[in-house]
Amino acid sequence: MNTANPTRRADVRAELHAPATPLVRLASEPYYHATGDELAVFEAAARSCLPVMLKGPTGCGKTRFVEHMAWRLKRPLVTVACHDDLTTADLVGRYLIVGDETVWMDGPLAAAVRAGAICYLDEIVEARKDTTVVIHPLTDSRRALPVEKHGEYIEAPHDFMLVISYNPGYQSVLKEMKPSTRQRFVALDFDYPDAEAEARIVAHEGGVDAATAAKLVKLGGLTRKLKGAGLDEGAGTRLLVHAAQLIASGMAPEIACIAAIARPLADEADTRDALDDLIRAVF
Amino acid sequence: MSERKLFAHELEARLDEVLLLSLRQRSAEGPAALLEALPRAMQERVLHWAGVAAQTSDDLGWLIASLAAEQAAGLGPRLDDWVRAGLDAYDRSGLAATRRALNEFAEAHRTSSRHSREGIAFTAIEGRLSRFLHALDGRPLKLVSGPRAWTDSETLWLPERLEVAADAPGNRRLYKGIAALLWAQTRFGSFNIDPEPELERWPDREAALAWMAVFEAMRLEACIARELPGLALEIAGLRGPWPPELAAAADKLAQAQATAADSLACMAEIRTVGAGDTPTFPHIGAIDPIAARRVRAARIARELAVVRRALNVIAATDTKAGAADNPDYPPLAAEAGMQAVDPQADLQGDLSALPPAAREAAKSLIQDLGEIPPEALHPAGPGAWQPVAGVEESGVVSVTTRPDAFYDEWDYRRGSWRHGWCHLYEMKAPVGDHDWVDEVRTRHAHLIRSIRRRFEALRGEDKPQRRQFDGEEIDLDAQVEARADRKSGAEPSPRLFIHRRRIERSLAVMFMVDMSGSTKGWVNDAERESLVLLCEAIEALGDSYAIYGFSGWTRTHCDIYPVKRFADRYDAATRGRIAGIEARDYTRMGVAVRHLSGLLVRQNTRHKLLVTLSDGRPDDYGDEYRGRYGIEDTRRALLEAREKGIRSYCVTIDRHGADYLPQLYGPAHYSVIDDAKKLPQKIAEIYRKLTG
Repeated sequence: MNTANPTRRADVRAELHAPATPLVRLASEPYYHATGDELAVFEAAARSCLPVMLKGPTGCGKTRFVEHMAWRLKRPLVTVACHDDLTTADLVGRYLIVGDETVWMDGPLAAAVRAGAICYLDEIVEARKDTTVVIHPLTDSRRALPVEKHGEYIEAPHDFMLVISYNPGYQSVLKEMKPSTRQRFVALDFDYPDAEAEARIVAHEGGVDAATAAKLVKLGGLTRKLKGAGLDEGAGTRLLVHAAQLIASGMAPEIACIAAIARPLADEADTRDALDDLIRAVF
Repeated sequence: MSERKLFAHELEARLDEVLLLSLRQRSAEGPAALLEALPRAMQERVLHWAGVAAQTSDDLGWLIASLAAEQAAGLGPRLDDWVRAGLDAYDRSGLAATRRALNEFAEAHRTSSRHSREGIAFTAIEGRLSRFLHALDGRPLKLVSGPRAWTDSETLWLPERLEVAADAPGNRRLYKGIAALLWAQTRFGSFNIDPEPELERWPDREAALAWMAVFEAMRLEACIARELPGLALEIAGLRGPWPPELAAAADKLAQAQATAADSLACMAEIRTVGAGDTPTFPHIGAIDPIAARRVRAARIARELAVVRRALNVIAATDTKAGAADNPDYPPLAAEAGMQAVDPQADLQGDLSALPPAAREAAKSLIQDLGEIPPEALHPAGPGAWQPVAGVEESGVVSVTTRPDAFYDEWDYRRGSWRHGWCHLYEMKAPVGDHDWVDEVRTRHAHLIRSIRRRFEALRGEDKPQRRQFDGEEIDLDAQVEARADRKSGAEPSPRLFIHRRRIERSLAVMFMVDMSGSTKGWVNDAERESLVLLCEAIEALGDSYAIYGFSGWTRTHCDIYPVKRFADRYDAATRGRIAGIEARDYTRMGVAVRHLSGLLVRQNTRHKLLVTLSDGRPDDYGDEYRGRYGIEDTRRALLEAREKGIRSYCVTIDRHGADYLPQLYGPAHYSVIDDAKKLPQKIAEIYRKLTG
């Protein structure tokens, strides 16, 4: 019988729960191609300690924009991908047991507030409704995070900034944000960049020449017209970059596009075949 | 089946039987004589189809039988497709069209069967092709099948079937090539110039149009090559090299600045040197400038009105807002767009001042005219400003006559769909007597109380799950135990946390209520009472639910009555509509299932349930829907619903329900209540079992 074992096991569990550090400091500049005045607006919001909401379809550069801004403002970044079982404790923190003691463990949001980081809640509408409410005190003049369980009231330093994103394209009543939440944010609309800019992005990120990038962007534009006519959403810039990367690694463009664009977008036979036709038409 | 051929007198008797000819004083002698020569299997197919057609209409049956007798031998294995094409034409436009369609089909079959090839039917490629065209730039085109390939610049007709290439992929490519060139006619301005002066100089108009189609195809192929090189390569593969005498024209028309006028110039050239035989290419459809330009003119007039109205509104609001320092703003914004000759050339910025509908109209105008005509850009000023009217208003007027939706119906005898067969109207649900609901609630007060109590216990809420590996809170009991275990030397459990899991019911229920004439009287009362009790119960549960009544009178009058939409509350107005549910006409169930499952599937819940309250089997006026046809169609509709993630359940007071319900809903997915009076008592319990 080994009496020491349980303690060690608890230690192991504590380690399992303690993420090494949720704070990311970006060393090099993440590539981002500005398409409007989003850089200026974001910087102004950061100076004025205002929270920011990014709206836009999937794969159009929201996450990359936040990374770029974190690098630009030289602030650490905490990213949380929201899901429908995300609880308040997952964001704020909880007690863990280590041996015979309880140890408080900051959640990513609390960690970000303490460190004066940018906290990015990706796809906020996916989170449980009651969870969204914990960000409210952080988004008004209080700028503080009450941590009831720990009996603490963390006031946010000047550098803390809350950024959320959501995709208004999901036309679902349940996945809409409450006005009481929406109206706390400075909002930036994101859309696919115009063809020229998008081609530059695809060429840069995917490592392909300008002509191939232009064709991929042309294809992306065609698939976006199928939104609502077979597709829920057209190919985002991210998918185009994936296809470009496959091409850059030596695959034939047609095969790369079918694998990276057509197949991820559609299961239904007619739409899938139509996408294949479009790919062949462009290349 | 024996292999022996049926003799003429036997065939005559059989035809007489399926077509009821003696009643109509017709004789099957002629057809029977022709059919005698066919092999037995073929004879049986003809008899089968004659019977199927006769179920739709006696005349149709006679037509199929008599034409089949003449043409069956030539059609061979394509007989089934031939009949289906005929039935489809009958559904769409009646008997005369059926005769035409059947003859055309047989004719097409004769010409193509000279060389046996692997053809492709339009229906097999329709879905794929329409999505393909939709994705291409420019105005959306409607895709339909017709005797020849051409476009009027809004609709694109393609042949019913292609058998030109040796194999199916080849024919598929050919379909795509034809469609792409026709799309290009509308996209790259084939109709932006009036070709009549040139056409009139030709002695033979048909030949002139054929030449015009060829020259335009040369030009358009080059246009396509600039945007979609892969597609242009495929088209080039379909045609092979141009004939040497046309190569010079093809080069000239391939230049980037070539327009439809250059094609007409080429026509003039070839006319003066003397045009030989028109070359024919399988991938080049017909061109009909008169029809296309008529459609185009109507469209331009319509869209000009839309753009002008939008600009007027902008001008008026601008002036009202006091933007006196910038009075030219709206016209300038659109004029910038006017210079853009390429409709794709970033219009967003220039036309962004326009509302979406007007923006689409403006883009379409640029596609037609190359610019927005100057007269549209100068709004008449605030004096002429009118509140947005016209288009919207006419829309409202037409609502009363146009069905809200069309639904396909499954015909098991044909083994295929009848497209757009059912016309669905969403009607306003009448409001009934409020006192009646109050009376029911008082009469069943005790039952309602007990239902609510039982149902509240089911309500979804946070349930702490104890002794978890992981969770938001520490489970103190588990921790104390673990500590004690460790002190005593036993191995403690590592499950020390409480996880709060929200047990969400996440359920949306659609009640589909039979309002057929047979429910008149106590069945209708029982239905309404049941709904009141159900509402009370579900309100206690907090599930999302809707109630729709359905009734109808033939396929052209399928009515849906929204009693309670998902967004409606259970308030006095809803209660009034429940009281207002009344017995009406018939029970065409398939279309109701399709419409309501379409509404249900939009609910963002994990589980979706469609509950039918009914008093009998599917039925409609006329013999057709009654019996197996209606059951098969309903079954099909329920299967489609299941594919969308909807589970169906049926509560019926038809004592014979067990005969057909297992086939429709599956073995354990229905309840038969033998006495309508018991329905209100039982319904809540059924619902609890169903969703607990």
